[in-house]
Formats: sequence, structure tokens, C-alpha cells
Amino acid sequence: MRAGLRRFARNRMALAGAFVIFCVVLLTVTAPFLFPQGAFSLAGQPLQPPSLRFPLGTDALGRDVAAGVAEGARTSLLIGISAALSAVLFGAAVGGVAGYYRGPIDLLLMRMTEFFQTIPAFLLAMLLVVILSPSLLSVIIAIAAVSWPGIARLVRGEFVALGGREFILASAGLGASGPRIIFRHLLPNCLSSIIAVGSLLVATAILLETGLAFLGLGDPNIMSWGLQISAGRVSLRSAWWVCTFPGIAILLTVLSINLIGDGLNEALNPRLRER
Amino acid sequence: MRRWRYFGYRLLLALPVVFGILILNFFLIRLAPGDAASVLAGESGAATPEYTELLRAKFGLDRPLPEQFVAYILAALQFDLGFSFRNDAPVSELVVARLGPTVLLMITAYTFALSIGTLLGLLAAVARNTWRDAVISVATLICYATPGFWLGLMLIVIFSLHLGWFPTSGFENIAEGYEGWDRVLDVARHLAMPATALGLFYLALYTRVMRASMLEQTGMDYVVTARAKGQSERRIMFGHMLRNAFLPVLTMAGVQAGNLIGGSVVVETVFGWPGIGTLAFNALQSRDLNLLLGIFFISACLVVIINLIVEILTVFLDPRIQA
Repeated sequence: MRAGLRRFARNRMALAGAFVIFCVVLLTVTAPFLFPQGAFSLAGQPLQPPSLRFPLGTDALGRDVAAGVAEGARTSLLIGISAALSAVLFGAAVGGVAGYYRGPIDLLLMRMTEFFQTIPAFLLAMLLVVILSPSLLSVIIAIAAVSWPGIARLVRGEFVALGGREFILASAGLGASGPRIIFRHLLPNCLSSIIAVGSLLVATAILLETGLAFLGLGDPNIMSWGLQISAGRVSLRSAWWVCTFPGIAILLTVLSINLIGDGLNEALNPRLRER
Repeated sequence: MRRWRYFGYRLLLALPVVFGILILNFFLIRLAPGDAASVLAGESGAATPEYTELLRAKFGLDRPLPEQFVAYILAALQFDLGFSFRNDAPVSELVVARLGPTVLLMITAYTFALSIGTLLGLLAAVARNTWRDAVISVATLICYATPGFWLGLMLIVIFSLHLGWFPTSGFENIAEGYEGWDRVLDVARHLAMPATALGLFYLALYTRVMRASMLEQTGMDYVVTARAKGQSERRIMFGHMLRNAFLPVLTMAGVQAGNLIGGSVVVETVFGWPGIGTLAFNALQSRDLNLLLGIFFISACLVVIINLIVEILTVFLDPRIQA
């Protein structure tokens, strides 16, 4: 793990990504001080182009776009990370049970995983948010519900590959219980690949979240980048800045997380290491 | 003959997926607060308990759950996906009417992403570790992080509002009354931006897969053999490696079919493209759950069909795959 982190630090692209994410986190922390009135309040004349007073301009309701971008960063990171985390936990549980116990339960769980991988994920997420009614929690649940299959297949594959190795057979021979083997031996051995793939999940979760918010399926009381873009659509003709800047924020954040994920993948994933 | 038997077998494997979506749909309806009867009764303004009960009996909502389930499946197998009260039309009719534009958009986006993506991936692999490779890598990374709806809006700002090259929205210019090739051209002009907005993400993905796949082929024995025979590099690449390297890209295209439909929902709403995405957006605004579930079911069927087509293409490209 430590050697992996050192390899990660040598990857300049990944470091650049980490730096951008650090800045985004800094922005979310300082947002309450930089924009004390919040992103929903009337800040000035509507539809002002970027200026010194409003570096990213104002929208059709006179709200400061910069304040919205800063608050949206918090929403996106919060939803992206919690959804990815939930998806990893659920996916690892499904994949772990399938890969450890094998047999009919493996067949059943993997068929289910394939099923969830086949169906249109975004549409299912939309349906779930509509049914649970839009809120922070329902968006997280919906995104997690469509993001877990990849992790499940990964963990199952690792468990199956590790299952026949001597150290697993030895601990089973010593009378270790199933959960003990899973949590003490199998999981720690595939933790690095889970971290690498899980970090990439944060990026797709953020893309899903902004898409849902763009369609009006976000929490209406919380500012988000997707909401900003969908609100700015009506004034696209006269005020390009309302839509443009939140989009650039999405692009930079997702790009950086992808870079970090790729870096982690190369640094931690033993199968890629040889190349 | 054996090949056709194989396709039949794959078709059979696809059936549980369709069935699974029906089960999922049925439980999603149950998950929603209130049933169709209470919603309708509330809308009619006369929401007496007796009236709601009457409606419930009419839709069979008062019967036990297993019985309702069987009725639902039987109806769906006859392509009866319920009724959209907001649109005053059967769901299946509404969705099928909008299927054409969506399929056209998806095929165009697929063709665009697959052809250019394969080409760029090939180019990047050939020029590995040169500036060309670096430029392609950076471009794919950026496209890979761009949300389709935002890209669509930016394309509108640049190419419609500023340059005036493409129309901002719609399927065709009905007022002009084009016919024949003029009409095809008109639709193509409307199609260009949505297809780009939808396809660019997948273009980036296929480029990455193609590049990795080409590099993997480079060390294979058959490539060494071909080179030892004295074949030109060009012929080795196009005659031998391309076909093999393309297979993982095709597999990826099949896997991504579901995501492509999801992406087209958002992109269609940006461009007012009259497909199932716009229909889904309207159903969303009016909280028409029946219609949304129908769209979900038919899109999933579309994914299954795309997967089958990919399967067939794979077998034709790689005759080694046999049941």
C-alpha cells in the first residue's frame, strides 16, 4: 500500500487531479465565508455578464453564479462520495457472498448483477428518484442502486481467484470461520482494486447526479451544478455564462477524479503493475 | 445452421432480462406512495372513499398481490403497458410512436463514436508515446468527463446562436415542407448536434479501449509471424490486427447500450428531439409514473435487442466464438 502511494505520487497527471480536487474541497469549506448570503439569495441585477463584482455573472433571478458553483461543489462531492461509498459496500457484499460461497447462490447473485448491468441505469435512477420523491437521500439511493454491479463483479472475481490460494486453504484448514476468512484474509487482499475502481465510481456518480438535477430530479432546496445549468437554459441566448461555468466545474471535477482514479489504478492494481 | 441455433440460444437467454424488468416494474409501482386509484380520484375532485374503492375495483387493485402480478405480466406480454391518463392514450402506443427518432439518434451516435473512436485509438496506438498520442489522450480524458447535456448546450451557443450553422432544436423543419433528399438533409442537419453531444463520451471511451486493445495485440504471435513473413506494417495492421483489436470495442459498445439510452434521454431534452427521451422528460414533469415505467420497459427491451445485434456481429467478426 505504501509503495503504491509512492507510485501514485510519481504520476504527475494524478497529482494534478488531486490538486484540483483539493481546491474544490477548499472552495466548499470557504463557501460560507466567501458568499455569506447563500446561493439562492438576490445578489444584484439579473443577467449581468462576468465582472469584478460577480466574477461568473448573475443568472435570470439575480443570483450570483459563483456562489451557486461554490455551493454546488459541496452538493456534488457529498452525493458523489456517499453514493459511491454505498455502492461499494453493497457491491462488495453481493460480490463477496457470491465469490466465497459459490454454488447456486453465486449463480443467482451474478445473474442479478448482470441484470442490473444490462438495464438502462439512468432511467432506473430517474424512476427511483420520482418514486421516492426528490431529496438528497433519494438521489444518493438511486445513484447507488445503479452503480454497484461493477464492484460486485470485481469483488467476486478477486474472491474466486484468491479462493484457491494456499493461505486461504490453510486458514480454512485451521478452522477459521467464513466471516473471518472473508474479512481478515480475502477483503484486505482486494482492497486496493476496490479503492481504485471505487474512486472512479465517484466520477460517474457526480455525472449521474448532475444529469438528474438537470432534469429537475434534485433536491429543489439545495443548489447544485445540474440545477444551475437547467435554470440557465432559458436565458442561454442572452446569458451564456449562467450555463457555462457550472458545466466547467463539472468537467474539471470529474476529470480530476478520473485522473486520481487512473493513478490509483496504476499504482495499486497488481495486474496492471507489470505493464 | 449451428450459427443460427446459437443466436436462438442467445435470444432465449435474453428473455429472463425482459421478465426481470417486468418484475422490477411491478414492485416499483408498489413502492410509490398511493396507487393509481387514489391519484385519479384526487384529480377528479370527488375523492370520496367509495369512489376510490370503485376505481380500485375497476383496475383490479383490490385483488391479492399475486393475482395482480399475474394480470400485470399477462397484460405486458400482450404489449399492454397500461394507460397514460395525462396523455389520454395507451402507454405502448405513445412510446412506439416516439421510438423512431430515438433509434435514429442512437444509431447515428453509435456509428459516429465507433468509427472515429476506432480510428483515433488506432492512431494513438501506432504513434504511442509521441505528441499525437498525448493529444488524443488529453482530448479523450476531457470528453470522458463532459456531461452530454452541457456539451449540447455549449454546441447550441456556438454553432446555432453565434454561427447559425445548425438549428437549435427539433427533428425537421416542417414549415419548409421538404420532400425526398431535401428532407433527409434537413433531418441530418437537425441530427448533427444531438448525435455529437451524445456520442462524444462514447467516442472517448472507444478510443481508450481501442488503443489498449491494439497495444495488447502488438506482442501476439500471429503479428510476429506476419512480420517474419515480410508483410508490410500497413497490411499487418489493417489485415490482421484491426479485426482482433476491434472485438473488445464492440463488446464494450454492447455493454454500454443501456447507458447510451440514458444519455439520449438528457440530450433529447436539450435539443427538443421528439424521441422517448423527451417523452420521458414530459412524463417526469407531470409525474406520469405509468408512462415512465413503460418507457423504462421498452428501453430495456431495446438494450436487449442491441446486445443481440452486437452478439451477432461479434460472431461474424470472430468465427471462433461458437456455442
